[in-house]
Amino acid sequence: MHSETNAARVSRRTMLKTLAGAGAGSVLGAPMIWAQSLKDVTLMHVGPSYSIFEDIAAAASADLGFKVEMQNAWTDAIMARVVSQPDTIDIADLEFWAMQRIWRSQKLQAIDTAKITNWDKIIPLFREGRNFDGSDMSRQGTMPFEVQFAEGEGFASAPNGRATMMPTIFNADTLGIRPDLIGRDVTSWAELLNPEFKGKVALINVPQIGIMDAAMAIEARGDLTYIDKGNMTRDEIDATIAILIKAKQDGQFRAFWSSFDESVNFMASGEAVIQSMWSPAVTAVRGRGIDCVYKGLKEGYRGWGNGLGLMSHLEGIKLEAAYEYLNWMLTGPYGAFVARQGYYSSVPETTKASLSAEEWDYWYGGKPAAVEIKDPFGTVMEQPGRSRDGGSFEDRIGAIRCWNTTMDEGEYLVQRWNDFVAS
Amino acid sequence: MTPNRMSQLSVLPFTTILTVFTGLPLLMVVLLSFWTFDGLEYRPEFTLANFAAVFSSPVTWKIFGNTLRYAAITWAITLVLGFAVSFYLVFHVRNLKLQIGLFLLCTIPFWTSTVIRMISWIPFLGREGLFNTGLMQLGLIDQPLEFLLFSDFAVILTYVNLFTLFMIVPIFNAMAKIDKNVIEAALDAGATGFQILRTIIIPLSRTGIALGTIFVVTLVMGDFFVVRVMSGGQSSTVVSAMKNNIDQMYYPQAAAMAVLLIAVVLGMVATILRVVDVRAELAK
Repeated sequence: MHSETNAARVSRRTMLKTLAGAGAGSVLGAPMIWAQSLKDVTLMHVGPSYSIFEDIAAAASADLGFKVEMQNAWTDAIMARVVSQPDTIDIADLEFWAMQRIWRSQKLQAIDTAKITNWDKIIPLFREGRNFDGSDMSRQGTMPFEVQFAEGEGFASAPNGRATMMPTIFNADTLGIRPDLIGRDVTSWAELLNPEFKGKVALINVPQIGIMDAAMAIEARGDLTYIDKGNMTRDEIDATIAILIKAKQDGQFRAFWSSFDESVNFMASGEAVIQSMWSPAVTAVRGRGIDCVYKGLKEGYRGWGNGLGLMSHLEGIKLEAAYEYLNWMLTGPYGAFVARQGYYSSVPETTKASLSAEEWDYWYGGKPAAVEIKDPFGTVMEQPGRSRDGGSFEDRIGAIRCWNTTMDEGEYLVQRWNDFVAS
Repeated sequence: MTPNRMSQLSVLPFTTILTVFTGLPLLMVVLLSFWTFDGLEYRPEFTLANFAAVFSSPVTWKIFGNTLRYAAITWAITLVLGFAVSFYLVFHVRNLKLQIGLFLLCTIPFWTSTVIRMISWIPFLGREGLFNTGLMQLGLIDQPLEFLLFSDFAVILTYVNLFTLFMIVPIFNAMAKIDKNVIEAALDAGATGFQILRTIIIPLSRTGIALGTIFVVTLVMGDFFVVRVMSGGQSSTVVSAMKNNIDQMYYPQAAAMAVLLIAVVLGMVATILRVVDVRAELAK
């Protein structure tokens, strides 16, 4: 992957030499200044904790020759900043559903997909809204493709070369369990509400996501069938919250977590044995030598995807730099980094080249680890012979049944969620 | 420079800080609570919709009730503790150096951060925490006590741990000012210990009690972090509900709730100040 960027730079240099050789003074001036000041560009990439890594910023800066800085903030805080302080961000790293909220603010500019070298290598899920085998994917919630292409203040229903964001990382989320404390197989989301685990269940305290995890469980148990778990009606929200309040009053929940480290500690300390979880949190618990499994369940997964958006104020040389950075992000090192905490890259091909064959087989292939598998920070998180749950990349992504989202009745949902928490 | 000008000048820095960093943001919050919001941006069009939504929701009353309940319980416990500790320090410890030494001892926990003092309860109280393991090893219980952590108990315990000093300091200060001769005179006149406490010490400590009350009540009413962490997110206060709204970019309801909370807290403080003339007492 490095060779690719190097090749691009060499070709630019070669081009300049060629132009100089030709004595084309008037043409020569412009690219010289351009090449000169590209070094002075600083790009501010603001993203969530699971996507922002100093190592990646340093590697990008070294490879690209200009400075990339990263800042960490929650998705909601980034959305607010994009809208109200757009000048403080150059590259916005957001979940796709955020487009539903903020694209119309016109603070982001459409990305010309022709300028993204690896665009055609991005998996079809993002580019065409289709599964690997060409079948349709669930559209419950915000499937990234629905907001992938821009048309004015709204979204195009078919690819048009103008992307709202460039897809980077994504995953299929499920429940984390402590197999050693449960002592039997867990195969359904319904277990989240199983009284057997009374007082040992935790949920994520983010209304939009917590309610979908609960809805997966409620639907699995057969209490309710939703038209769209990702865009509930008021009646559906009320029915869901009623079931949750009942469960809470019966003592089903041990806690609701609001931060990454809380979710790790709940699981590691045994306060919870089954809970909503993120893949890196599972990796972190495993890294402490505690058995924790990100369990693939028969009802499928809750999916999400992140992308990089270009702020509207980027222009001229800074915009060119931003495109170079976007291209760099799909060349492999970033994809390999996030793969080691269980996430997938939108361009698996380049990620594969940056991972060892054993790592690729473990993380993407779903095969038993051939060697010790390490997390991005070098801690051993898997012993040889064990495999990640849920199978291969294609199996896990293909089984996504709903997507992280923002609901039309979002404000009502937050109100009812507060009601649930206060009950 | 006239003394008047001097005093004006000396309050200038604080006035500036208060105006710029408290006054203006507060004014913004009040303004925003009356503005229209389209889910993305504010428009300066007057609306009462935000307040209508807040007032009409039973959740608002539930979480205000819950917040006041936390404040009342914490207040009662910290008051008893604060009063008892101050009473002991002032009237039982005769040696001034020892008195100051013991008082400083009370502040030692404050040498670490609030967050650390709070978080450190978690491994202690947890299901497999020190306390439960200890009790089980002593054979006192068979099952770990679940109510210890992620419960109202844990929240109140932490509040008491964090805020008792705010009660001790003003009460200690007020008690230390009580003239010992008054108590001697009462004793000579045949008053019982309880009579002295009720008719002399409590009335003369009331400034301290009032100030301590203001500290503790406003701290509890404005908290969301302790309740979120120690209740394991299972309990809600006004500010934690506001935080949920803010996190989802639904600012107007949060602003309206903030205004309501400020009104309630101001009301409480005003009542306390009406009952006890803190200014006059402090000037003594």
